Amino acid sequence: MAEELQEVLAPYPVERRYLLRILQGVQQKMGYISEEALEGVASHLKISPAEVYGVATFYNQFRFIPYGKHHIVACLGTACHAMGGQLILDAFERELDIKAGGITPDHGWSLDRVGCIGCCTKAPVVVINDVIHAKMSPFKVEEVLAGLGLEMRKEKEEEEAGEGESQ
Amino acid sequence: MKGNLNDLQKQAQEKWEELEESSFTIRIGTPTCGRAAGSLDTLQAFQERIKKEGVEAHIIEVGCMGLCFAEPLVIIHNPDSGLPPILYGFITHEKVLRLVEGFILGDDPCLELALGTVEFKEDGTPYIPEMPRFEIEERLVLRNCGYIDPLDIGQYLARGGYLTLQKALKMTPEGIIREVEQARLRGRGGAGFDTARKWKACYQMERGPKYLICNADEGDPGAFMDRVVLESDPHSVIEGMVIAAHALGASQGFIYTRAEYPLVIERLKIALSQAREIGVIGEDILGSGVNFDIELVEGAGAFACGEETAMIASIEGRRGMPRPRPPHPTEYGLNGEPTVVDNVKTFALVTRILQQGGEWFSQIGSPNSTGTAVFALAGRVEQIGLVEVPMGTTLKEVIFEVGGGITNGRTFKAVQIGGPAGGCLPESALDLPVDYDSLKEVGAIMGSGGMVVLDENNCMVETARFFVDFLARECCGKCTMGRLGVKQMLLILEDFVKGEGTEEDLDMLEGLAHDVREGCLCNLGGSAANPVLTTLRYFRDEYEAHVTGKRCPALVCKELITYYILPEKCEKGCDHCVLTCPTEAIATDEKTRKKKILQDKCVKCGTCIDVCPPEYDAVIKVSPPDRVKELEGEAGG
Repeated sequence: MAEELQEVLAPYPVERRYLLRILQGVQQKMGYISEEALEGVASHLKISPAEVYGVATFYNQFRFIPYGKHHIVACLGTACHAMGGQLILDAFERELDIKAGGITPDHGWSLDRVGCIGCCTKAPVVVINDVIHAKMSPFKVEEVLAGLGLEMRKEKEEEEAGEGESQ
Repeated sequence: MKGNLNDLQKQAQEKWEELEESSFTIRIGTPTCGRAAGSLDTLQAFQERIKKEGVEAHIIEVGCMGLCFAEPLVIIHNPDSGLPPILYGFITHEKVLRLVEGFILGDDPCLELALGTVEFKEDGTPYIPEMPRFEIEERLVLRNCGYIDPLDIGQYLARGGYLTLQKALKMTPEGIIREVEQARLRGRGGAGFDTARKWKACYQMERGPKYLICNADEGDPGAFMDRVVLESDPHSVIEGMVIAAHALGASQGFIYTRAEYPLVIERLKIALSQAREIGVIGEDILGSGVNFDIELVEGAGAFACGEETAMIASIEGRRGMPRPRPPHPTEYGLNGEPTVVDNVKTFALVTRILQQGGEWFSQIGSPNSTGTAVFALAGRVEQIGLVEVPMGTTLKEVIFEVGGGITNGRTFKAVQIGGPAGGCLPESALDLPVDYDSLKEVGAIMGSGGMVVLDENNCMVETARFFVDFLARECCGKCTMGRLGVKQMLLILEDFVKGEGTEEDLDMLEGLAHDVREGCLCNLGGSAANPVLTTLRYFRDEYEAHVTGKRCPALVCKELITYYILPEKCEKGCDHCVLTCPTEAIATDEKTRKKKILQDKCVKCGTCIDVCPPEYDAVIKVSPPDRVKELEGEAGG
């Protein structure tokens, strides 16, 4: 952890203007901004952790909990909203039993909402593991999740089978 | 690679001509929206097929032509066939085989898949004569979009790129500002401020260094014009920036774009490094002695950063909160130095103005709003996509002629224009010419160009709630009216969509909206009143239905509707709804096999309506919710 953080911090001079970029670097490397990382950034830039926290919480991009194995972002831009985007987010919340911004207890799934990804002509859209899924419907949500869930179960089974063989 | 631009130009042109004359050129649009439609699979299918068949063909990834409804888009050109380039629409990977066997191996141009042929105007701008929308459109910003490879600076050069810069570098700063003044160019970021006036103010400052910022923080939901321009033709923006930098005496530039646009970032990085390589940015640009470099800054998902003073704060590594103006950034901007912030499209237009002259530009559009406007047309309209029309074109022309009208033969209800802080305009406003001043008169704003069409299935109260919810979330929290006023508007609207509002709330909402407009520190906050005031002004009957009738006429607001299966339409043997209902809220009558919704289990997700076969069309929504009891009574009796 400390090493990873140093790798991010090293290229940046002690200048306040790099704060956003450093935070972006931390998030890219570690997936989220932990308390430890936050304090590390503050001490690198010689500003208070409260100042860093204030900036980090201002911007939607920064997360303070890790990503799930599968990360889902539901778009709620104007076009997606007009085409039923809220029903899509509702469906994910219902199926995964978490709210937007949350993560499942097994860390398998995390769910976020976004203002607009600029893909309005394919509304409503969701981004799952960086792949855009176009023209979603509540029914398609189940299909997509089942597809990914099956894969997960299959991986699990294979893992178990693998363990069985090695024993 | 640095050298004489004219030599590079000549080489690029020769290469381009070779390409245009070579036997097969396949252009595939792979912008973000194309990718969502599967264009990367199409690309791969072409690559594999071409390799397998051993034919010689150039496959080029291009940007977006604006015809997003028909993605994935492919343009195939075979000069030997005697045909002009042909544009094909909806080319998902399964159709690739047909195109390869038909047109590339055989001599059948597969016209059943074609949208039209690609012809070129005098200035080289491609258009599709078969599509009536091109009679209305005039593409100044989108000239190269969808036809050139954005990752190859050579293709931009071959179409005259950076020649305008070369010309401008020989002009005086005053000369450049004069051209822009003569063009009467107004900033394309939304407010429509006089660009030349802004530039003059900065030019006259005798302090430095001066900074130039390209505002590509397209945070408006429902807008994607800047994304498309930067993904499809980044050099047109870079060229405009360097011209502006020379006019202002700026030494450092920034492009501030959204982290939500990964492809924009990727393509801009490549474009900037190519521009640096041929010496059109960096030190001593094209031997003129002008120094100017551009740094890419990624935003972090804050809508407020689209406001210029907030953007400056963000580049400085602080919270993106606006500050009161004056002093304007031209006086006191980034690091306290004179700074100009302009939109992506403004820079693209600057290139065209310097190329063709301010006089030429001022003849396009309407007298007070010259030039063209780029709109992102989305929502419930047939031909969604990007549109560029002369200012002054009517909303009707944009939506019905360019956009092809409303989907599924439904009825137009409203057009939401100008982003979340814009306004919703009704049918009676359709004859309005789109320009800065006309839109302001009716309570909307030009904004940066988002245009979302709503039909009878959209609830205007819910739509207003949506925008206010967005603005309340994105409010930076600095001023009281922004922080609390917008929040209070949201609470009232939330009551309305639940059927809990009162007549007094309606008056309070209207009063509050006026206060928010007057009392906010920045334009973003102040214009949060627009969605409320325009919907109240044009769709008051819908508000009243929610408040007094406790019903939602558009059948959208969840708390005010119930789902119902019409027994006379329900086909006995079909179990589509039962099998797909996520909450097992549909019961089957043992005797008749007809279906019935168990209201206490129903979460109103709409899946049953989606899956009910269209020949039965048995699921309906009713409002107010109690209406379902009457229906059940009638059916039972």
